[in-house]
Amino acid sequence: MSVISPTPSPVPLPTHRGCPFDPPEEYGELRRSRPISRLAFPDGKVGWLLTRYEDVRALLEDLRFSSDRRRASSPVRAFPIRDGDPRVPGSLIGMDPPEHTRYRRLVTRWFTVRRMRELAPRIERIVADHLDAMERAGPPVDLVETFARPIPSLVICELLGVPYAERADFQRWTATLFRLDEPKESVYAARDALWDYMRSLVAIKRQLPDDALLSQLIRGEDPSAGLTDQELTGLGQLLLIAGHETTANMLALGTFALLCHPEQARALRERPDVVDNAVEELLRYLTIVQFGVVRVAREDVEFAGVKVREGETVVASVAAANRDPERFPEPDDLDVTRSAAHHIAFGHGVHQCLGQQLARMEMRIGYPALLRRFPTLRLAVPADQVPLRDDMFIYGVHQLPVTWQE
Amino acid sequence: MRIRIDRGRCQGAGQCALHAPELFDQSDEDGMVVVLDDQPPPELRDKARLAEQLCPNSVIRVLEEEDG
Ligand code: HEM
Ligand code: SF4
Repeated sequence: MSVISPTPSPVPLPTHRGCPFDPPEEYGELRRSRPISRLAFPDGKVGWLLTRYEDVRALLEDLRFSSDRRRASSPVRAFPIRDGDPRVPGSLIGMDPPEHTRYRRLVTRWFTVRRMRELAPRIERIVADHLDAMERAGPPVDLVETFARPIPSLVICELLGVPYAERADFQRWTATLFRLDEPKESVYAARDALWDYMRSLVAIKRQLPDDALLSQLIRGEDPSAGLTDQELTGLGQLLLIAGHETTANMLALGTFALLCHPEQARALRERPDVVDNAVEELLRYLTIVQFGVVRVAREDVEFAGVKVREGETVVASVAAANRDPERFPEPDDLDVTRSAAHHIAFGHGVHQCLGQQLARMEMRIGYPALLRRFPTLRLAVPADQVPLRDDMFIYGVHQLPVTWQE
Repeated sequence: MRIRIDRGRCQGAGQCALHAPELFDQSDEDGMVVVLDDQPPPELRDKARLAEQLCPNSVIRVLEEEDG
């Protein structure tokens, strides 16, 4: 077995993009020469960075690595989101099996392929309403404000039973949590505010239940499932955050990419049969979880020829993996007709995105409806003036000014 | 061809039900995989293999057998 020699001196995570749609160029170089490299974290620690598709998948399947965010270093922030504070009950993204498995089994039935198909008519209605409002407002509009942000926000609020009218607060807290240069105090304050908000919502649902997910979890058809207020708060908060910041960015950034590749937009507009492939390809090509997925070694581990020590953080770059030429021919081309189903933009292994079928349904309905309603849709500013979210954990655009012929 | 599953490993990501809905569904109780047809007819065999490859937790095993 060939042992890959680690870099002599660890380097920080590459974050500077040349093209708005491509991951930083250094990833390609690393994938070729040092697919498993030493990574320097902002907190001063040293760990590892994986850039090959096969290695990233292998890591995410390997239960010798933990998802406990309290023990991991962040590749882009000097402090962890959970510093020494107790584990957030129910927040499955930071848990390991078997604990993780229990919560995952409690909520998965709300996010199945079939459930999401049943939800499709409601999503179509919401999309149509927002397109009507855009049309009434007339060009130019900010597509983030009018389309990309409100649609997934309204959908997840209805699904959970969170009052959409209260969105200004939780959208602001969520944005704070995801902004890189935010000081520690304000990140922790936003985290606590979100917690308190969800906690009081859980109390309200106990008094005045409705038919949505939070109330149904409280009712717990299976009595052994009875969750505590803490657990309900943790779960509810995770779903609310995850439902907001993700699809919204895919809708806006995906539209930006399509407007910059008019022949791809045309294919999506004119050929209903490419919609499913187009959604997978945009997920792959754009991989908005831009700084990768983080794991910590629970013990000293031999992994792909290197020795990872207990407690070291490993960053699995899903963005780099989704551009691995060994897995995707011509990986830097956006081709909405290709079959990219094996991308790992939703992660891999036990934590693979719980909301993926919801996100897919929103995109499958959203992109074609937008492109068909406004066949002349184009950017209202030069492409290099679109403000990019390279300062946020989840990539995308801050605004997307668009216009069309009335 | 025969489909075998290790349901204990399933996390309900739904890749199988998405890509091979004729063969897989997810239960209403916990969202985990349900096999609809464990001996797929020839025209569905590629889909069965795709589900095996895409499952993020190696739940699905497709056994190629000589019989139909
Ligand atoms: C295009 C949009 C989305 C992308 C790219 C995305 C990406 C991801 C990724 C990469 C993970 C794995 C994290 C890890 O392994 O540590 C994940 C997990 C998760 N996502 Fe998504 N996501 C999206 C939309 C959503 C939506 C709409 C929801 C709404 C409910 C959601 C809920 C979750 C949850 C709850 C987890 C944790 C699952 C677990 O730990 O078992 N996501 N997502
Ligand atoms: S793809 Fe695998 S993990 Fe996902 S629901 Fe199907 S069997 Fe379960």
